[in-house]
Amino acid sequence: MPTTPAQPPVFTQKKLPLLRTEELMLNMGPQHPSTHGVLKVVLELEGERIMKATPVMGFLHRGVEKLAEDGTYHQFIPHTDRLDYVCAMYNNFAYVRAVEKLLDLKVPERSEYLRTIVAEVQRIIGHLFWLGTQALDIGAMTVFFYTFREREFLLDWFDQLCGARLTTSWYRIGGVERDVSQDLIGQLRYFMKEFPPKIDEYNVLLEKNRIWIARTKGIAIISAEDALSFGLSGPTLRGSGVEYDLRKAEPYGAYDQVEWSVPIGVNGDTYDRYWIRIEELKESSKIITQCLDKLPEGPIMADVPQIVAPTKDRVFTNLESMIMQFKFFSVGFPMPKGEIYCGTEAHKGELGFYIVSNGEGKPYRLKIRAPSFIHMGAFDHMSRGYMIADVVTIFGTYDIVMGECDR
Amino acid sequence: MNPVAETIKVRFPHAFVRAAEFRGDLAVEVKREGLLDVAHYLREDPGMDYDYIVHVSSVDWLGEPVRFEVVWEVYSVIRRHRIRIKTRVPESDPVVESLTLLWKGAEFMEREVYDMMGIRFAHHPDLRRILMPDEYTEGYPLRKDFPLVGKGWRDTFEFIEGGSVTLDVGAHPDKARRSSDAPTPPVSPGGAGTRPSTPPAPGA
Repeated sequence: MPTTPAQPPVFTQKKLPLLRTEELMLNMGPQHPSTHGVLKVVLELEGERIMKATPVMGFLHRGVEKLAEDGTYHQFIPHTDRLDYVCAMYNNFAYVRAVEKLLDLKVPERSEYLRTIVAEVQRIIGHLFWLGTQALDIGAMTVFFYTFREREFLLDWFDQLCGARLTTSWYRIGGVERDVSQDLIGQLRYFMKEFPPKIDEYNVLLEKNRIWIARTKGIAIISAEDALSFGLSGPTLRGSGVEYDLRKAEPYGAYDQVEWSVPIGVNGDTYDRYWIRIEELKESSKIITQCLDKLPEGPIMADVPQIVAPTKDRVFTNLESMIMQFKFFSVGFPMPKGEIYCGTEAHKGELGFYIVSNGEGKPYRLKIRAPSFIHMGAFDHMSRGYMIADVVTIFGTYDIVMGECDR
Repeated sequence: MNPVAETIKVRFPHAFVRAAEFRGDLAVEVKREGLLDVAHYLREDPGMDYDYIVHVSSVDWLGEPVRFEVVWEVYSVIRRHRIRIKTRVPESDPVVESLTLLWKGAEFMEREVYDMMGIRFAHHPDLRRILMPDEYTEGYPLRKDFPLVGKGWRDTFEFIEGGSVTLDVGAHPDKARRSSDAPTPPVSPGGAGTRPSTPPAPGA
């Protein structure tokens, strides 16, 4: 745990009278491997120091919010996979939670536990992906292979759970798509036993690595007040010492049923945010292990026929169910009139959905609060005064995925 | 009524329009002229302390007298409460005061609202398009009168049977269609079909 107090960097440059100085404009991206997608940043440089950075976004804009207005509430679930394509499960979770809040729908307890388990598995995958790519961007290649080894195991676990590794669409409004088998639970228990020593393995490579420390300590410092004002969330906000985690502040799923803590940083620099994510890996494994122990028996879908699609065996044998299924997928189900905002703590930050309903089967307006997009708003503030090479670190420290940023 | 909404109503009687609570979310609608005062109060007053900006959004109520609605949602990390501030702007004058000075994160979020809905923010430091290209002039995609399909280049592809496809990609989609190149499709007897070849009649 780092203890030195936060100090913003002070950079002074001696101006020699005879030398001609000139600001240099440099385009970084849109095809830079560290941007994790397609993102351009126009840098105004003085030497190698960044004076101003202007992100140019929208290369991956697909109009998801417009598409949402055309489909039923159920049909939007696969679209959420494609927002943050690294962590599809959490996007599904955030979306179905928002719709359930609009419906005021209670989900069965087993389903809540399963949702929490899978969401935390997804958080581990997200943080492993982040750790591997962040280290790779900074120049430590080995970590990438280590973290992707574990990520592969969990992605295969997803594959067995729902038939897809990345675009999962496993969450449903009112529950989850299918139950976990005993075999899958056994596999996850095995993984959770093996996982904590592996976190130490990554740490051996990074924690006291001089290059890693030089590239992350004191880089991209942001104060708590600024971080809040910019709307940063997740590890990026907690790195600055703000205790704000929606899993604690507004508990959902089974997070209030298990024991875990929220790691908080001190300095608000890249190293603290790295430390938080490593700690969150440990906390996530704690949550999963406890949830697996407590996993109750029972149904996995809410018993609300208007909202939940009928099962296939009933569709094939029962006329009413077949009509219901047809209505469900063509017209959708009626929604109460109103508007809600529901935020969920994804591994990047607060992923929220603001839904305005006019009572029809389609959302009247659906706004996605994408943490990657909002983090990019603070990019200029956080990169001023640092070197060009630090831009890569700052991209990484937000854990941006452009699919979510541009929507 | 919610105590926060009550306070706003008492302190800003000229700005307050209505307050509603739905599923535990508090939404307060204020008049456009009083928005900055209310927002400033919510940000700075120690009893309110809304320090965290959640999102800025907009809704197009096409057909209503005052068409657009701009939404700011803010949260207080210390006091753990959230509020949604809403204001209506007419289509003829879609300008509203920017809240960038109060919450820095509003800069990008308001740029997105401008980009997607065409609502302009007064005193915004850098009001440009953010997701759409800078030179995009065909409107604002999230408005309800913006078509879901039919604005893309897909419409300009001319699929001519038996001939090579030539595209004039430099021109505007509507002007790119050249009547001389495209053969007029033969009109089927039914009048409805546009397939160039009608199936042969049985027995012919």
